[in-house]
This record gives sequence, C-alpha cells and structure tokens, in this order.
Amino acid sequence: MPPVIETREISIRFGAFTAVDRVSLTVDRGEVFGLLGPNGSGKTTLIKSLCGLVKISGGEGRLLGLDVRDEAPAIRRRIGYMSQRFGLYEDLTARENLEFYSGVYGLTADRYARRLASVVELTAITPYLDRRAGQLSGGWKQRLALGCAIVHEPEVVFLDEPTAGIDPVARRALWDLVFQLSGQGVTFLVTTHYMDEAERCGRVGYLYNSTMVAMGTVEELKRLPAANPPGTARYEITCPNITETLATVRALPFVREATIFGQSIHALVDAAAAPALATATGVAPRPIEPSLEDVFVTLTNRILADRSAL
Amino acid sequence: MSLFAGAWPMLRKEFVHLRRDPGTVIFALLIPVIQLIIFGFALNMNVRQIPTVVYDQAPSQRSRELIARFRSTDTFALVAQVTSDAALEHEIRRGHAQAALKIPYDYADRVLAGRGATVQLLVDGSDSTVSSAALNVFNALILLENQRLARAGPPIVEARPAVLFNPATRSPNFFVPGLVAALVQIMVIILVALSVVRERERGTLEQLTVTPVQPLGVMLGKMIPYVTLGFLEICWVLLIMRVVFAVPIHGSLATLLLLAVPFLVASAGIGLLISTRAHSQAEAFQMAFGTMLPSIFLSGYIFPINNMPPQFQLVSKIIPTTYFIEVTRGVILRGAGLADLWPNGAVLTAMALAAVGLAARQFHRRLS
Repeated sequence: MPPVIETREISIRFGAFTAVDRVSLTVDRGEVFGLLGPNGSGKTTLIKSLCGLVKISGGEGRLLGLDVRDEAPAIRRRIGYMSQRFGLYEDLTARENLEFYSGVYGLTADRYARRLASVVELTAITPYLDRRAGQLSGGWKQRLALGCAIVHEPEVVFLDEPTAGIDPVARRALWDLVFQLSGQGVTFLVTTHYMDEAERCGRVGYLYNSTMVAMGTVEELKRLPAANPPGTARYEITCPNITETLATVRALPFVREATIFGQSIHALVDAAAAPALATATGVAPRPIEPSLEDVFVTLTNRILADRSAL
Repeated sequence: MSLFAGAWPMLRKEFVHLRRDPGTVIFALLIPVIQLIIFGFALNMNVRQIPTVVYDQAPSQRSRELIARFRSTDTFALVAQVTSDAALEHEIRRGHAQAALKIPYDYADRVLAGRGATVQLLVDGSDSTVSSAALNVFNALILLENQRLARAGPPIVEARPAVLFNPATRSPNFFVPGLVAALVQIMVIILVALSVVRERERGTLEQLTVTPVQPLGVMLGKMIPYVTLGFLEICWVLLIMRVVFAVPIHGSLATLLLLAVPFLVASAGIGLLISTRAHSQAEAFQMAFGTMLPSIFLSGYIFPINNMPPQFQLVSKIIPTTYFIEVTRGVILRGAGLADLWPNGAVLTAMALAAVGLAARQFHRRLS
C-alpha cells in the first residue's frame, strides 16, 4: 500500500525566502506523525502545501496517491484540518457547526445523520450539542473542532497546534480521541510545541530553519549520534539550591549544556567529567538518557555551532 | 465539482447568524427611521420665515402698505422695527435677522409724485440658500408693487409657473426617495464586508479554504442574505415614506423593486471587494465609510450633480447610488417606467457584474 503522505525534497519559496527546504517525509496509514520545530520553522507552510493551499516550488508531494500540485480539489474532500484557531462559528450551536461543515463537504442528509451520531459518540459532546460554540470551554471547543474536521470521514487529518492554550486534562482527552481514530485507520500529522505530546507520536520530525534536521521514532531520536556527541555523557543533578548550582555548573569548562528540569539539572558533559562534576556541585550526578527536549536543544545548538564555524 | 459548491450551507449559516444577532436586523431597519425623521421632518430646503428687521425712516400709509406686503409673504418674518442704520446693521451682524428692509424718508413723497422711489434690502449672504431666496422674493414683490402703483387694471404679462411632479416642492418628496438609495447601499456594503472579514478574523475563512467550498459559493452565500435584507429595507423605507410622509408613488412599484436587484447586488459586490482588502473589521468599516461620503454627496442625493465640476461629475458616474436615485425619484415622483429607466438598470447590472467578477478574482486568489 502506498504511503498516505509522501514528499520528496519538497521546497516552498516565497520570493527570496525559503519557507520549506527540500523536506522528504513519509507517513503510513494510521500513523500519528508529530511535526516539531520553533515558530517560523516551516511547519504550517508544509501542512498548507500538503493541503494544496500553498504552491510547492520544487520537489514532489503526494497525498493519498494524489499530486498536491494539481489534484488539490480531490485532496480537499479527503482531508480534515484543524488549526489552533479551531474554525468554529461561535454564535452557532455545536450541532449547527457540525451541520454546516457536513454541508460544506456535501454530505447527504442520511450520511449526516449517521456521522452526527458517530461524531457525537466519539467526542461525547451530547450535553453541549445545543449550546453555542462560543460558550464552550477551550477543551470542548477543541473537541467540537475536531468533530467538525472529521465529520466527512477524512483519511488524513492535519492538526496544527491543536492543544495550544488548553488545560492538561483536555489535552489528554484530545489525544485519546486522536489515538482512537488512528486505530480506525485515520492518519494524523500533528504539530506541537509540547514534548510530552511529541513523545506520544509514533514518529517525530524536527523542522529547524525550514529543513528537516531529524526524523524517526522517539527512541531513535534519543539515540541519534548528533544528540549524544561522542565523548559526552548526560547527568542529572538533584540538589536544593538549584538555580545557584546551575550557574556553577554552566561555568565549568567540561559542561556543554545545562538546564533545569523540575527539581534537578540536566547536563551534557565530557564523558570522563563525572567525578569533577560531583566535586563542583557536592552531589553525586546520576547518568540519564536524553529527553526529547534534550535532543532538540542539542541538535539546535549543534546547527548553530556548525553555522558559526563556517 | 460545481462552481458554486458550498453556497447553500453558507447561505443557511448566514441566516442563522442574522437570527442570532438581531442587532444587525434592527440596525438595518431602525437607522432608516432615524434618518427619515431627520431628513423628513427636520431638514427643509425650502426657505421660509427669514427673520427680517425694518427701518422705516418716515412711517406713512405708503410705507406701511409696503411692509404689509412683506409680512404677507411666507418668506419674510418681521422680527423688529429699528430706528437707525447702525441698529439695522447690528441686528444682522449679531444674527438676529438675516434680512433688513430700509424704506427712506422720501419714499411716500416720491411714490406719490411718481419720481423713482427706492427701497433697500440688506441680506446676510453667509447662507447662500437664504440670501438667494430673499433676493428673488424681494424683486418679485417690488415688481408687483410697481405694477400695482402704475395702473389699476390687470397686468400685461402675468407669470404662471407650474412645478411638475412635486407641486408643493415638499422636501420629503425630494429627500426620501434619494435616502432609500443612499442608505441601503451603505448598509449592504458594510454588512457584507463585515461578515466576510469577521470570518477572516476568527479563522473560519482559513478553515473554509481546506474544504471543497468554491469562491463563488462563499460569495453567493454571503451576498444573498444581505441583498435580501437590503430589499426588505427598501420596502420598509418606502412604506414609511408612503404612510408617514404621505409621499405618493406615481410610477410602478414593481419597476422600482426590479431595478433594486442589480443595485443591491452591485452594493454587495463592493462589500465583497472591500472584504478582500481589509484585514480587520475596523479596517473594513473605514473602507466602507470611505464609499459612504461620495455616495451621499456626489450621487445627487442632496446636491445636484449638474452643479458639480466635471471631475466630480465623473466620480458620480461610477457610484451605483447615482443611478438608483434616478430610478427612485423617477418612479416615485415622475411616474417614470421601465421604458424610461432601463438605461439605469443596464448600468447597474453592468456594475453588479463588474464588482462581483472582480471580487471573485480576488477571492479565488485567496481561497485557492
């Protein structure tokens, strides 16, 4: 079976500015693919190009086997899209929103009735069906928005920062929905800034400065040589006066990176430096695996270092 | 896929918006009433009762007769008698009077002797409407007085003017038919532009771009509700005009309503064009406001187009209101029919097609 999303060296340029630079990516049916990267790294532009909203300047992109360049109308009927702005009409009730989007996708009355039942069951929005969307809490708005995005049973769903500004309980509920749907064969491409969300994704791609700098499962990324430079080791230092210790640690010559993680410090240091680190901080460092955030920070730093070396 | 895909759900949704936001409908139906009250009752272009002071230097039977003639007109209202030139000028300068009649001490003597008596009228020229009316009536009065004094018989030439179509030259008859056009255009432009820009602000327009909805579908769905509302507003204003202001409709209402359709579509098209340029509702409102001033002042609604310099006459020709005002006045006041007004209908239709076509091109660029 061909991959659901397939891009080969896709580039998108706006005048002199390159928003997406030779990105290749493959997502299979039922996968939940996480797209990470700082603001302005090209995530949204990449999604828009896959929906046929932005013209690609180079390379090739196929969605469900359709060419994103000239088969956009056919693509649009088979995809769902939800942005952090939700795209809901606040003065319409939840039901009216669902009805509107089903009309927009040309669902027949019969099919709408069936889809309404199944979306309502999935999102459990029954008690709020006749409430105006504007009066719903952020979490419910988001569920409704997802419901609207899948009312026409799309095969691929793009979620562009779907959980920005939503409380943790609602975030988890949304992810449960995503996995339920992916279990039914719906493919998801999700952008996010939350590392815990990224860790839920089957595979993750990290866009930095318009290029895909790393891609793979979370485990693969954590084992990336680039994220674990040879001759280095990662340690966790747990101590009471954490901010002062951080300053001390950062000043040490053999420390490459150090940052606070909750009650402790995560540091990337030269491999043989563990005893010296213990002496400097007065605490025994504990060796750890890099977190996903560690991976991205290390990758970013390395790119910046490479660039300044040029 | 249909070129108009999505029009029906858009249209239904838009009517729900209107139902949820009765403010818009009330705004649409209440504003004309307020305007009608202002223009229909408060404003009057006909000059009446100009406050006038009199300085009669030597009161006599002759001079009293002359003053009585002034008093009997509706144009002059005598507010005071003064006894010096200084007082006369002072009354005008401080705004108590806009005209002053000065009858010299030798008036009666000269009239009796048949030796060219003079009467002076001083007029405050700061309001040109008032001063020209005062001068006209003054000249006519003196002419009549001359005739009366010269001979007792009937006049040799008698003026018999007839005002057609608005015999009483009532202001509401002039204003209200124009108001219908000016008001409805502004309302339709604003409501259409805001309803699209609101969707841009809230992100729903972006959402629509990833659906199979076509630009023409969105446009149709946005135009029909507000064209309908505009149509209802026209009917509503005509009803008030007929019942409250007793302005008779001499022509066929059907002609008027038929020609209203291209006018409303042209207005909605302008609203759509604005919406493709504006990024926020505030910006859209300003742009809509920009179209408002020319359509009030250059459309012939208040000031005659023929009096404008050629450049401005040219501007007036690209304003839909100009053509629809001709239609409303034509039908309502002159009883004109489709045979007389079809050129206006043709221009309005061309404007409607042009505005919608241009907007469609802009929408297409943005939506796909």
